[in-house]
Amino acid sequence: MLFWTIVRMSFKSLVAHKLRSFLAMLGIIIGVSAVISMLALGTGAQSQIMARIESMGTNKLVIRPGQSGSRGVASGARQNLTLEDAKAIFAQVAEIEQISPVVRGNSQLKYANKNMRSNVMGTDLTYFSITNFEIDKGRIFYEGETLRNKRVAVIGSAIVESLFSGIDPLGKTLKVQGINFQIIGVLKSKGDQGWSNPDEQIIVPYTTAMKQLFGVQYLHEIDVQVQDGFDLTEVEEAITVVLRRKHKILPDQEADFNVRNQAEMIETASSVSNTFTLLLGGIASISLLVGGIGIMNIMLVTVTERTKEIGIRKAIGAKESDILNQFLIESILMSSVGGILGVTLGVSIAKGIEALTNFPTVIQLSSTIIALVFAVLIGVTFGYYPARRAALLHPIDALRYE
Amino acid sequence: MLAVQEKVSTKKAVISLRNIKKSYQLGENRVSVLHNICLDIEEGDMVALLGTSGSGKSTLMNILGCLDVADSGEYILDNKQVSSLSAKELSFLRSRKIGFIFQSFNLLPRMTALENVALPLLYAGHRNSNELALKALETVGLGDRAHHEPNQLSGGQRQRVAVARAIVSNPAILLADEPTGNLDSKTTEEIMGLFHELNKQGRTIIIVTHEKEIADECRRQIHMKDGCIVEEGEKYAILDNS
Repeated sequence: MLFWTIVRMSFKSLVAHKLRSFLAMLGIIIGVSAVISMLALGTGAQSQIMARIESMGTNKLVIRPGQSGSRGVASGARQNLTLEDAKAIFAQVAEIEQISPVVRGNSQLKYANKNMRSNVMGTDLTYFSITNFEIDKGRIFYEGETLRNKRVAVIGSAIVESLFSGIDPLGKTLKVQGINFQIIGVLKSKGDQGWSNPDEQIIVPYTTAMKQLFGVQYLHEIDVQVQDGFDLTEVEEAITVVLRRKHKILPDQEADFNVRNQAEMIETASSVSNTFTLLLGGIASISLLVGGIGIMNIMLVTVTERTKEIGIRKAIGAKESDILNQFLIESILMSSVGGILGVTLGVSIAKGIEALTNFPTVIQLSSTIIALVFAVLIGVTFGYYPARRAALLHPIDALRYE
Repeated sequence: MLAVQEKVSTKKAVISLRNIKKSYQLGENRVSVLHNICLDIEEGDMVALLGTSGSGKSTLMNILGCLDVADSGEYILDNKQVSSLSAKELSFLRSRKIGFIFQSFNLLPRMTALENVALPLLYAGHRNSNELALKALETVGLGDRAHHEPNQLSGGQRQRVAVARAIVSNPAILLADEPTGNLDSKTTEEIMGLFHELNKQGRTIIIVTHEKEIADECRRQIHMKDGCIVEEGEKYAILDNS
């Protein structure tokens, strides 16, 4: 009963000093909303990256050449991965479902009077199923087209938008670095992945790409799909053994290539975005702390201002604990109202960012609850000192205070 | 005087002070404010405590009201030893044995009259506080103003609410510190009338005042000067002396 009277009283006195209470709460509001919107952005980015990586296939291994250079100074990728390597791996490692050599480069595309720069992938037809690319229109290339260096291309949906607005691209001739390619298919959109946009890719047979476009003898990457039910790390090791033998690397030497699996990529990406999220959250919690100091400041003013009231309450029988509770409740009320407003603001900021920039945000219930609990704790922590000061006032001095 | 003594002994003393001393540290000096105060106040009496400022009457009143403790001496309030009690025990006594009435009413703003009156009961841990508070408000004739806030009431009404707040927990004594100091003569009469009525109902009332007219309305007067009780007696006895 006393508790509710105190809560009602505290609420009234907050309302009576609207501007002051609002300014004191502002720190908490900004802090909580910053924490919530930052965490929402961080988790949103993380879940997006995860989804995209997983959509690329989870039983995939990628073999890349190692970095050349000495004493830790990387000076570009080595040029030591060959078609023979890919064939040897496929022949000697039984658990491999399919394999796809990859060469890539950045080239100018031109159709009619429009042109754009694009990432050209030279691969085998297995590449489509390894990386979960699906065909929207048309077809992928045949094995024979690969063998015969045919100039055929499958293009991403973004290229269709940029170069072929309103025109059906199938069967049209597209100039890649001045060389004519026939468009035989259009890829289904995968969406922007942040570091690269698969929808802006154009995929051509690796034979054509190596000989006619880039003029190279080596590969940039070998993509491997492992048969279902086999351990990725074991296959990874088997591949390493085959390649080390083929590259004639001594047991105590470092390999001149590396094999990475999807799980590692997910791990790397999630640890990066976790750090990012923590950093954002950390910065935001500092503002929450500053908000707490603001509340403490106002509570100290309130206690001084209401010294007389404290004296009256003590004269009519309030115990020290009654006074302590009253001011604690007041500061907790202030911080939790600030917390609730902060959550509302934080959620709207996150939603607003999502609506304006298409950047996905994920508001977790747990982070909302943690932010609220944190706000209340701040009310207790920073309200305790002023409340205790009020509780320990001597009744006579307090009564005499004008 | 002898007759008076006998009359006192027939009634129970609600307040009993023995050799109360109090001094304050002022800079380097210790200033003695109360020297050896001995005083009995009997149940149902109406006492005026008179004295100029600096006479020690406020200090005495603070000690009587359990807001302060004496340096030495014995204070028994309603059969309870008050000297050497902790702050918590003192607040317990204040919430049950003492009703305070102040010159400037000292009602809490933003609380209705009813809430103000109920507050001592809440601090004392009472259950049906609103019921008792309403009854106390009716006693002072403000049952119809229960839901007004102090700033909606006149000075006289505010002091009535304060009186209701003082009597609501049915305390052993009412301590009024210049209760009419902020009131005009008409409302002063009203409040004094209320005090007489409460006194008739058997309540012990101690009024600290410097107004002769107020003191003259009380049955007993205690004059203080320089920390001592200099003159004491019933109204009639003093009248006899003059």
